[in-house]
Amino acid sequence: MVETPEVPARRTQEFFLGEGTFPQPEATENLLVNMGPAHPAMHGVIRIFTELDGERVVKADVEIGYLHRGFEKHCEAGPYNNAMPYTDRLNYVSPLINNFGYCSAVEKLLGIDVTERCQYVRVIMSEISRITDHLTCIGATAMELGAFTVFLYMIKAREFLWEVIEQVTGARLTISYGRVGGVKADLPPDFEPAVRSAFRETRTVLDEVHKLLTGNRIFVDRMKGVGVLSREETISYAITGPMLRACGVPFDVRRAAPYWAYDRLDFEIPVGEAGDNYDRYLVRMAEMGQSMRIVEQALARLPGGPVSVDVEGRPLATPAEYVDRGKLGKTDGLLLTPLRLSPNLRGQERAAHRTVNAPDKRVVLPPKADTYGSIEGLMNHFMLIMEGFGIRPPKGEAYFAVEGANGELGFYVVSDGTDRPYRVRCRPPCLPPTAALPRMIEGSMVADIVPTFGSVNMIAGELER
Amino acid sequence: MDGHAILARLRERFGPAILETGDHRGDHTAVVDRARLAELLRFCRDDAALRFDMLMDLTAVDYLKFPGRDAGARFEVVYHLYSVTEGHRVRIKVPVEEDDPVVPSAVPLWAIANWYEREVWDMFGIRFDGHPDLRRLLLYEEFVGHPLRKDYAINRRQPLIGPRN
Repeated sequence: MVETPEVPARRTQEFFLGEGTFPQPEATENLLVNMGPAHPAMHGVIRIFTELDGERVVKADVEIGYLHRGFEKHCEAGPYNNAMPYTDRLNYVSPLINNFGYCSAVEKLLGIDVTERCQYVRVIMSEISRITDHLTCIGATAMELGAFTVFLYMIKAREFLWEVIEQVTGARLTISYGRVGGVKADLPPDFEPAVRSAFRETRTVLDEVHKLLTGNRIFVDRMKGVGVLSREETISYAITGPMLRACGVPFDVRRAAPYWAYDRLDFEIPVGEAGDNYDRYLVRMAEMGQSMRIVEQALARLPGGPVSVDVEGRPLATPAEYVDRGKLGKTDGLLLTPLRLSPNLRGQERAAHRTVNAPDKRVVLPPKADTYGSIEGLMNHFMLIMEGFGIRPPKGEAYFAVEGANGELGFYVVSDGTDRPYRVRCRPPCLPPTAALPRMIEGSMVADIVPTFGSVNMIAGELER
Repeated sequence: MDGHAILARLRERFGPAILETGDHRGDHTAVVDRARLAELLRFCRDDAALRFDMLMDLTAVDYLKFPGRDAGARFEVVYHLYSVTEGHRVRIKVPVEEDDPVVPSAVPLWAIANWYEREVWDMFGIRFDGHPDLRRLLLYEEFVGHPLRKDYAINRRQPLIGPRN
């Protein structure tokens, strides 16, 4: 029989009270806790390094860069329009605004104006994107505070809006709809009723959410007076957008320096007072209503309705038939013959093309009907597509700012006169609030990090580029 | 205040330290000597007529391969200032030589300069004198080189690093 070594008996008190042989600490020690980079309440990969005294945050540091993909470096490597898919992936919740912001910066550098219809199309699509962005922000914040219903409702509304976006651009997220000098294609003919029905759904959802959240004791207690940043500090941190307006500063790029058609549309700038999470929530809710108002006005004023291909009653032909006829020398009236395009190219017909694109052959690709149907169109197409040609703005630099969903989204583009941008800088609207995040959470409870981080609405793709 | 008036005010106050002023596509720009940059930024923020209370953006440009620019400094640090109270903008540029890439920090003036300057250090290797905590912002400390410099090849690989401890 093997003798087991004798184990000294321990009183249960030692186990449960930490008394006896355990050293008794003279003072409490602060605890270092990582939140992230992968955490269920994190909207993206970010690491919040906190020093805790009990439940209280003593000190915090934010580490970013987990989603850095070298957007600015990649933009320098290709022609101007090639940056469009990269801009989709900046703020992937409202990619249309990024598209148009970049396009407008290059247009400013070129010194060209887009057509009236294009301006309205950009306004409409940007505002729809802004609604989807705010829906996501509020939905996610509410979910993290336990209101899962709100999240489902808001994602449902976002889904209706994304269907509209999909109708226009052909994609839900990676839309690449903007083009320097215009947009990829005109709005589809059934666009307006689709928007109206999506807005009806969104309004219902917003009403329901108002009832669920705005007076909800749990929600208000978690949001009110939490994450406060004074007006001076918000400005010193260069925070723009809903977070600045929540402190009562009515700064909105759409009003301060109107671009596209915003100076002709009537809308209000909702502002808060306290600069806390609750006011940020209220500002975002009110802004969605204003965005819908803008879209409805813009739809009513949209110049030049959609044009269908066979409006002139001419026979339609496919691009291949064009080529065959050209080979046989039957080129009479070829330029005037409308083309039957694949559904993927809907909205790119000659007539529609003219209404949404700037009349500048150095910048805008000709309509597909011209590319396939005439030598001038083909040459024009080649001159923009072939390497070393393309869009060539004169030497110089331009900064263009649009109101993104999180604040001022600026693009600073430097041209060296070649077909590639020499430098593209994106001023990400969610970098300043993320930089101010330690300031907002220091001194608060651990549980307050979650709603504050939600109201910052950090989008990693844009923050880290 | 309109852009020309802003530039005129800066010229009047700083004279020869303003190396160049310009207006391209409606963006008003002043190129400033580095020696007086800190003073100029403070003036921009505190002057009663200018009141640039927001540092909208801070970035840099590497002019190493810019065609037709053989002389002159390699880098330019670019400040976009905005005044929330007055609603006007200006762009301030500072030439920075390659062999002495240091610029005075704007952290005492605007809190956001902290992260912007960390990003410029990360991407361009330009140091900010007086910055409290100049770490890389987007990349990791073991990263070799500064990727937005024009002599950093886009397909360059970095060695893999292990966990820190």
